[in-house]
Amino acid sequence: MVSYIIVGMIGVLLLGFWKLQVIDSDKYGQMAEINRVRSIPIIAPRGRMLDRDGRVLVDNRPSFSVLLLRDDPPLVEKNLAAIADGLGLSMSDLREQLDNTKALPKFQPIVIKPEASGADLDFIESHRADLPVLEMLSVSRRRYLPGGYMAHASGYVGEASEQQIEASNGKLRPGDVVGKAGLERQYNDILMGTDGMRRVIVNSVGREVGHLPQQDPIPGKQIQLTIDMDLQTVAEQSLGARPGAVVALDPRTGEVLAMVSRPTMDPNDFAVRISKEEWKQLNEDPLRPLFNRAVQAQLAPGSVFKIVTATAMLEDHNPPESFATYCPGYGTFYGRQFKCWVYSSRKGPTSHGTLTLHDAILKSCDVFFYNAGMRLGIDRLSYYGDKFGIGHRTGIDLPSEETGLMPSEPWVERVFHRKWYAGETISVAIGQGAVTTTPVQLARMIGGIASGGVFKQPHLRKDLPTVGEERVPLSEPTVDKITEAMYGVVNEPGGTGTSLKIKDVELSGKSGTAQVIGYDTRAKFGKQKKFDDNGWFVGYAPRRNPEIAVAVLVQEGGGLHGGESAGPVVRDIVKAYYDKKMKKMQGEVTADNSNPPKPPKPVPKNGTPAAALAPRAAVLKEDEHTVQPEPARDDQ
Amino acid sequence: MRDAPGTRDYDWWLLVIVAAICALGVLEIYSATHGSSLAGMHNKQLRWLAVGVVLMFILSRIDYHLIMDQSLILYLVCIAALIGVLLIGNTRFGAKRWIPLMGQMFQVSELAKLIIIIVLARFFTEVRSDKLDLRDLIKAGLLVGVPLVLILKQPDLGTALVLVPLLFVGAFLAGLQWHHLAAIVLVGAMLVGAVFYPPVSKHILKPYQRERITSFLHPEEDAKGSGYQLLQSKIAVGSGGFWGKGFGNGTQNQLGYIPVRYSDFIMAAWAEETGFKGVLVALGLYMALLLRLVQNAQRAKDRAGMFLVMGVAAALGFHVLVNVAMVIGAMPVTGIPLPLMSYGGSATLFVFMAIGLVMNVRLRRFVN
Repeated sequence: MVSYIIVGMIGVLLLGFWKLQVIDSDKYGQMAEINRVRSIPIIAPRGRMLDRDGRVLVDNRPSFSVLLLRDDPPLVEKNLAAIADGLGLSMSDLREQLDNTKALPKFQPIVIKPEASGADLDFIESHRADLPVLEMLSVSRRRYLPGGYMAHASGYVGEASEQQIEASNGKLRPGDVVGKAGLERQYNDILMGTDGMRRVIVNSVGREVGHLPQQDPIPGKQIQLTIDMDLQTVAEQSLGARPGAVVALDPRTGEVLAMVSRPTMDPNDFAVRISKEEWKQLNEDPLRPLFNRAVQAQLAPGSVFKIVTATAMLEDHNPPESFATYCPGYGTFYGRQFKCWVYSSRKGPTSHGTLTLHDAILKSCDVFFYNAGMRLGIDRLSYYGDKFGIGHRTGIDLPSEETGLMPSEPWVERVFHRKWYAGETISVAIGQGAVTTTPVQLARMIGGIASGGVFKQPHLRKDLPTVGEERVPLSEPTVDKITEAMYGVVNEPGGTGTSLKIKDVELSGKSGTAQVIGYDTRAKFGKQKKFDDNGWFVGYAPRRNPEIAVAVLVQEGGGLHGGESAGPVVRDIVKAYYDKKMKKMQGEVTADNSNPPKPPKPVPKNGTPAAALAPRAAVLKEDEHTVQPEPARDDQ
Repeated sequence: MRDAPGTRDYDWWLLVIVAAICALGVLEIYSATHGSSLAGMHNKQLRWLAVGVVLMFILSRIDYHLIMDQSLILYLVCIAALIGVLLIGNTRFGAKRWIPLMGQMFQVSELAKLIIIIVLARFFTEVRSDKLDLRDLIKAGLLVGVPLVLILKQPDLGTALVLVPLLFVGAFLAGLQWHHLAAIVLVGAMLVGAVFYPPVSKHILKPYQRERITSFLHPEEDAKGSGYQLLQSKIAVGSGGFWGKGFGNGTQNQLGYIPVRYSDFIMAAWAEETGFKGVLVALGLYMALLLRLVQNAQRAKDRAGMFLVMGVAAALGFHVLVNVAMVIGAMPVTGIPLPLMSYGGSATLFVFMAIGLVMNVRLRRFVN
């Protein structure tokens, strides 16, 4: 019997070994590997962003992070004060970082100071013996041009959020740097490389005793943008510090040449870990510096919309082309009086007299378009607005683009459960009421109409595999008349943009000023006078099949109208475009051998207008007579 | 009828098994220590083995009846030594277990095990009825209880625990009655319960002992703290897989993740490097060893010899069970070495002297 007990005992022990060594062998094998191998990441640099001529817009710089090895908690605990002191960290901050990472495995080091100074490195080096828990990690840090240059287009990077990590199917790990906004986010998969791994064998007391083959990092790929650094610089400086946005694109291809949004922020601040306070401040700033107005601001287009009304009228022949109306400064529709902007104008006549379509566009007469809109009806207006892209994303390769809104009867029924009021059509006809657009939408729309109804998808990446295109068949006479009128806006006496005239350039365009701001924004800031006027100017050149179209939004008070506030920015950019084109043609300067582009002048985040205007004046020096807008050309 | 037994009567099979196990042990001690500051430890172990073999032969030549007749003196020497070690012993690893002798440190409790085997064999031999009555049971209990408490005082829970199966097996063979057995099991169960129940255990266990219990129950809770040893041992065993990582290639072993890999946890190192197949060999040898001991007990000439050999079998069997169960994480860390494989002077000498007693009995199975 005793023999059976012995055999049984050995049998039970063997079963125990069987379970560990055969059934659970893989699990323990992995645990043994984790024990023995310490993996130290080698951070792959992100791909650069180049402008259309190959000039660097965003690149990287080498930097060091301080790592805390947590294999031995008591040792960490004992030296915490010395570490905090040596690295200039606050004890509570350090403690919080430790607490936040408690759940992570002990062998995984944590970054306690992302941006180590030279003094920090000296400190670590000289305390290798007594503070073995500190280690340096070489990283490559994102470098953007200073002063928030092109900040909204480029976006910024940051540590991957928990949601991003979860959504990445294991590709991302905590602490990985990913694009958080703009192109950085849009093209994160291309820009982000694959981190390498230095794998060392450590013994039970953590000493390195050898290493395994290193896994080299795969650097991210660079992307070339359609941005032209020369035009971008002009756009940045010309808009200055005024809240607003600029989108310049080539309507033939949809390539975005410049994109600016104000107020701006410095994405370099995000390249290193940003403090909670700074983040909160950026998010709660009523001016919303993180908001890319070029693609996200949904505002009433004002008189720029009249191009939609005019096109609809010509295409539908309703009212007929010969339609003329007398503008007494106001009109009464459906028992309500609608004023023309000229009526309340401070100077000059309070009436436009009798106008045809051409003059109505030139002078931006509201009464004419009230009548045209009334005849067309909301269905036709919204049909054309919709066709031209209002209410739809342009498909620009940036995250969080907004759609704007083209109101229609079905829309009010769906959203407000009521019938369309006929009076609303009158407002919509001049770009007021519920209609809202984004700057990029307007650049695409006006450029597309001037191109005979060919709308290219705006985009920022040069070698986008496929560029979307939409064609709206417009009759030749319609396009002719519309473009002639927009040419007249700048180049004929009485136009609302005559101050913007450029010698030898067929600058055309349409101004707009909207007193209404986006519904949500209005609720927040409606009482602030500062936001009362949204000045628009959408210009392009040449007058048919344009090479460049620029939409500019300036949000500031002071009674300036679109032609005055936004127009000069359009003008500066178009002029810079032609200047460069001329130089290229004369062979003086080519993109490849040109001097490095003008160092972009930092634009203060909350700079004073004076500071912001200074560089703008400098750019315009060659053409001084146009710096000051010609007086008294009010525009609605 | 020979007066002096000849060499042919030694249990050569038993010696072969013992030698094989010792060989595995020396090999693994070499593998576990050759690249470290402990290099050369296998040579030291070889010396202990040589001393052990000599002691075994000496002990096998003195008639075990003569030895058992000295039980009282041996017992008193044992108690005195245990008290002595508490008074003047050297403290290592937080326990007073060692006394210096001839330039070496000896664990008195190893000697105590051997003496208790002899004393119990003698005691149960004297019980001349088929049934063990309560009075004798209590006497035997006291006989074991005194050294047990002294060893616990050192503290050395592992060695103290070894005395329990000695008593148990002896009593069982001496005709332990079922209701006594039931009572013992009940008390034992309560003791085990008390050990694992924190509110009680904090009164009867030392802090380090309680920590071991906790780490046994929740090894993953603090992988670098008290659960470390058990977890690392399990990782070593499990990562070895069926075929093992190869001799000298166990990462857990070579990089020092296995605690005391040359001694108490030598089986973990062996299992990692040789895999399940190596474990089959090792445990097969231990099974053969124990079965051979039991066979020798059955062939003993008299009750005294039977009790003596069964005592040795019980002690070694208990060592193997508790040590190996600990290595695979099925029991808390108790500090019991694996007989003949683990490095250790006192422990090795104890096993060889015990085997010497077994040979002694075997040599005299035909002698009157």
